[in-house]
Amino acid sequence: MWDQEIRAMASTHAILASTVFVATVAPKVLLRGFSVYGTHLLWMYCMAGAVGVVNVSVFWLLGISPPTKKHTVGYKLSRLVRSCLYLFLSCLFFHTVVVLYGAPLIESAVETFSLAVLLTSLTTLRCLCVLGPNVQAWIRVFSRHGAMSVWDTSLQITTGTTVIGAWLGAFPIPLDWDRPWQVWPVSCSMGSVIGFVSGLVAAPTWIHYHRKQLTYKCK
Amino acid sequence: MKRLVILSLLLWMCAVFYVGIYLFVGGFLLVRLEVNRTSTCEDVLLPAGEQGDFCPAKPRFRRAVLLIIDALRFDFARFDHANTAPRPYENKLPVFEETVSSQPSHSRLYPFRADPPTTTMQRIKGFTTGSLPTFIDVGNNFASSAILEDNLIHQLGQLGKRVVFMGDDTWESLFPKKFYRSLPFPSFNVKDLHTVDNGILQHLYSTVVGDDWDVLVAHFLGVDHCGHRFGPDHPAMADKLTQMDGVIRSVMERLQNDTLLVVMGDHGMTDTGDHGGESQKETDAALFLYSPSPLFSGPPSKSEPQVVPQTDLVPTLALQLGVPIPYSSVGQVLLPLFPPHGQMKGALEGLSQVEALWINVKQVNRFLETYSSMAKDIPPESLSKLQEQFSHVSTEYLTAVKNGLSPSPELVVSLQSYLTSVRETCRATWARFNPLKMAAGLAILLFACVLCFILSELSCLLVRESSLLKAPVVAALSIGFCVAAGQLFARGYVEVAWCLAATAIVSELLVLWRVHRVKASTALGNGAKAPKRAGWLSLHRLVTPALLVLLLRGASLLSDSYVIAEGRVVTFLIFSLGLYVPIHLNWDGLLLPANHDPLKPVGLLPAPALSPSAIRKESCTLLACLGLLVGSLYLSLSFHNCREEQGSCQPSPFLFPLSRLQNSQLKNLHYILSLASIGLWTYLLRRWLRHYGNLNSSGGAVFTARWILPLLSICLGLNWAVGATPEDSFRSMAELLSVAQVALPRTIFSLLGLGMLLLWLDPITVFLKTRASAPARSSNLPPPRYRASTGISTQAELHHLIPQIYQRMRRNLEEDDEPGEGAEADGRPAVEAYGLGTVYSAPQLLFCGLLGMGLLLLHAEGMALSFLLLLLEMGALLHIHASSTTLSSLHGTHYGGFNVPWTPVVLWSLAATQFFHATGHLPTFPSIQWGAAFVGFPGGHTGTILPASLVTLNTFSSHILFAVGCPLLLFWPLVCEVRGNRRVGGEDGEDAVMEMRLRENPQQFSSALLQLSTRYLFIHGTQVFASVCAAAILRRHLMVWKVFAPKLMFEASGFLVTSVFLLIGITLVMRVDVAVGGWFKRLIPEASR
Repeated sequence: MWDQEIRAMASTHAILASTVFVATVAPKVLLRGFSVYGTHLLWMYCMAGAVGVVNVSVFWLLGISPPTKKHTVGYKLSRLVRSCLYLFLSCLFFHTVVVLYGAPLIESAVETFSLAVLLTSLTTLRCLCVLGPNVQAWIRVFSRHGAMSVWDTSLQITTGTTVIGAWLGAFPIPLDWDRPWQVWPVSCSMGSVIGFVSGLVAAPTWIHYHRKQLTYKCK
Repeated sequence: MKRLVILSLLLWMCAVFYVGIYLFVGGFLLVRLEVNRTSTCEDVLLPAGEQGDFCPAKPRFRRAVLLIIDALRFDFARFDHANTAPRPYENKLPVFEETVSSQPSHSRLYPFRADPPTTTMQRIKGFTTGSLPTFIDVGNNFASSAILEDNLIHQLGQLGKRVVFMGDDTWESLFPKKFYRSLPFPSFNVKDLHTVDNGILQHLYSTVVGDDWDVLVAHFLGVDHCGHRFGPDHPAMADKLTQMDGVIRSVMERLQNDTLLVVMGDHGMTDTGDHGGESQKETDAALFLYSPSPLFSGPPSKSEPQVVPQTDLVPTLALQLGVPIPYSSVGQVLLPLFPPHGQMKGALEGLSQVEALWINVKQVNRFLETYSSMAKDIPPESLSKLQEQFSHVSTEYLTAVKNGLSPSPELVVSLQSYLTSVRETCRATWARFNPLKMAAGLAILLFACVLCFILSELSCLLVRESSLLKAPVVAALSIGFCVAAGQLFARGYVEVAWCLAATAIVSELLVLWRVHRVKASTALGNGAKAPKRAGWLSLHRLVTPALLVLLLRGASLLSDSYVIAEGRVVTFLIFSLGLYVPIHLNWDGLLLPANHDPLKPVGLLPAPALSPSAIRKESCTLLACLGLLVGSLYLSLSFHNCREEQGSCQPSPFLFPLSRLQNSQLKNLHYILSLASIGLWTYLLRRWLRHYGNLNSSGGAVFTARWILPLLSICLGLNWAVGATPEDSFRSMAELLSVAQVALPRTIFSLLGLGMLLLWLDPITVFLKTRASAPARSSNLPPPRYRASTGISTQAELHHLIPQIYQRMRRNLEEDDEPGEGAEADGRPAVEAYGLGTVYSAPQLLFCGLLGMGLLLLHAEGMALSFLLLLLEMGALLHIHASSTTLSSLHGTHYGGFNVPWTPVVLWSLAATQFFHATGHLPTFPSIQWGAAFVGFPGGHTGTILPASLVTLNTFSSHILFAVGCPLLLFWPLVCEVRGNRRVGGEDGEDAVMEMRLRENPQQFSSALLQLSTRYLFIHGTQVFASVCAAAILRRHLMVWKVFAPKLMFEASGFLVTSVFLLIGITLVMRVDVAVGGWFKRLIPEASR
């Protein structure tokens, strides 16, 4: 059972990682004048969209999401609306945090918001897929004994690495090297994507090597 | 409480840090006094000079052209015919070689050796004053960079020569208004290769051809900027050098016979294009001399100098142009330019070699005498040696002149050797890093940091060892004296730095050894298990986010970009660490109340110490305070000043004093804002004191809080109003205003002094209420009239009246002394103490508040907002710390004692740096707010101590406030403790509450206080260590004198101020402790009667 779950997760993560790769390479082939630095906003939205779509479809196909109690259309609709609302709120939250961290307030608000959208699609969307629109559960997951399945642990790891990647991405901004990737928010968004991919790689590996120690409470 | 142990350990720690800083700074920063005297033509130089020693003869040249090519390294100027594949920087200036070989008596090319520091500004100073400028030339005005020492440009101006300047705008700031005509171009952008050069070229040729100049200075920056941008080995360098070749040729074509052309580089560059250090590639520039008329008496001979020191240009040019040699020049005339004695032929007029040398020798000797009477940094034995040499040379010369003999060649040699040895002595004193001292300073600082860390980790063990320091310090002092005696014996004088270094290192090693022994003995006592666990813990403890943030902070000091953006970097780090607190709590499952499984029986689990609602409330407090912290962090960004390196930056509008604002509406708005913040500052402090019942008694501290604090804020408001009044608006009241301008600040100063004195004399803020005898009051509530008068709510009364402590002590006493009188003990408290729970923190907070008010006086009015933010952020940090302590103590993760963990201490000290920036300060010398020295003293000062201390207080105000407030970190969790979280047990009611717990456990109190202060010192010490490392490693960096050296100075002085005020804060805590002890002693016999 362990092997099966880990294998399922590893393949899901492989699909996600290849999505990240495709979302960078495909527009370069298809669109003229596309480059990661030059048309950074486009790249960010490509990435956010691709990761979001793949995430949702994979988790929907696998049926990871918590089983719903009711099957009425109205209930499903309300869940959908709540999910959208949470996604939007999470964008606003990330935007605020990034501004408080020192991003310009007015000048490049579009760039900042795009970064927030990217971060949302890399972190909050996954939370939503795994745990459903339940903030209490989200908060619970990020505690030492909060993980209840392999997916929760992988969620902990990828979210952590994504946020830390974005945080580390801010480091080179003040340096006077005059490189194109030092422009706001290129380094942060690239940092978060790199963090996300490394989290995707790290999560199955870590779980594989610690599977003896991991014990999950039954729900 | 172990007062003596704590204080002596802290004092020793600080002393070791000071010695380390002193040693490093002594080896790194070279200090020289400026001599503010100028030479004139009429000067008679002793001994026995003729009438007017300077400018006796007709000058040889009427005009001179100085072409300065920045960073023209000597090998750029050489031309090698054999080199068939030249690198981009080789063989690009053939003009020198061609001229020297075709006109040997008209021109020469020399290597031109600069003295470190090889930065442009210092070099310009060097080759105009003829002296050896150091990083700090202690002169009259620190604030502007203008050269006040006697210099060539000044001398030329004195004699009415018209000096025309074009090029690097550094000259304009060094010599403001000294030029006849000036065409400065911006030099700041290192990436811009052409603006300055093209600007010069537009005007150069027309000026040279014209006749309205005597001395023309043109400073090209292209080569230097090309080096910085691409390095010397780049095609752009070839283009630039070829362009310069063309420029020199065109200027040479346009020269007239009475003109001397000097082409020179001010310094060289390394292979990466940097400069600033002392390697030969950086110091060796090129010097090319040319004149259309014969300049030299013949082709190059063997006696030509191999290398020309940069200082030699000044006396040479001065005597060639017929102006006096600047007063503090230590250069030597370039002999080949002067004809040997007795060979004066038609074209070669002017001074002979011996005459020029004699004038030069006399001038240098005069300077040496003046300087050695002012400063003592030239070693006395070399001074006396030089004096002896001078008297010998002068008698020889004077007898030769008197006898009419032509001076012998030996005389020329001995005159030269005198000048050389003076130069060497000065160089050794002023212009050389002392790597040995720097290394010793680094080692001492490193050891001190390590020791500080060890002390903080082992504080609970070390507090018990009362004789930890005695033996090591005595041994170290005796070794220091031995070193001093040895030096006296071997060399005849004592160099204090090395004695101090020996003392510091020996005491550090001995203390380390003692600590190791203490640790080993306790480990033995605890059994074999302890050392293993301790080792694991210490490694585990090192890698915490708080220390990681500290590491990042230290690393950020090693990069110039991060130092330039320091204010934002620190804010970023505080924000990250602040966010980490709730995330970490959540990770441990402490932020939210644990979910109870309804299936499991409740009785089996230990009952939670705190109800879920209390946990939720505590978490909400934590998050709200985090919000406050984040808000004040964000708002504080708008009070920053701008460095010149930050191009598109606007300094905060609040930085300017109100009187500079033109718009009266804006002025009023700013004034009201400032008034509101000072009012809020006072209100918040008083509100807090009132809430905890500290405003009821009638002691000195309470008087200060009640009357002096509001009075101070009123005075401050009035003072701002007076300062902001436009001068011409109230003509009739002008006198009154000028009186008020002096009187108000002085009133504030004296009120502050009075307040602090009262606080020191009587720091107890406890109010005792004796109630009626027991049976009468047992069911009665206190009379409402009384409550209203003290402003305490019922709830606060329930929380903060501390009858229990007193009651318990009384019972103890009765059991000891009067065992018979059990009946009265049943009578329950007869006395209630208001404010006993905050008896330690109330004076501390009050002291901070008073000090903050005084420091605000030294700032611009707008900074009141920033000070308010500082207070709010302090409160937020304290509450975050308190809430997280409460939450983690619920689950037993918070190990016992009052220890303050690293995270709040790191946050606290980072906040000190953050508000250093947020009060408009920067670690650069031009940004020092000199206006602070004149607050209350508009007429200026006579001494230097008072203005210096005022400016220091202004600059490091945030360091001061946070250092004094540091003990609050220890008290706050106790002040904010939640009642329910204490163990349910028999003696609950008897247990001491709030800060009385500190009195109950003096041992833990002492160890926690020691730990807190060593941690705080450690954090600031590491920052000093990091900036010292930056200065040592990057001493060749382009930005060393602009960024790293000032940063080091500010960091070191910040540490000094911090440690002093930390000690003051700790002493205040101890004073309160003594007072509380006395209070109890007085109280108990009285009441038990």
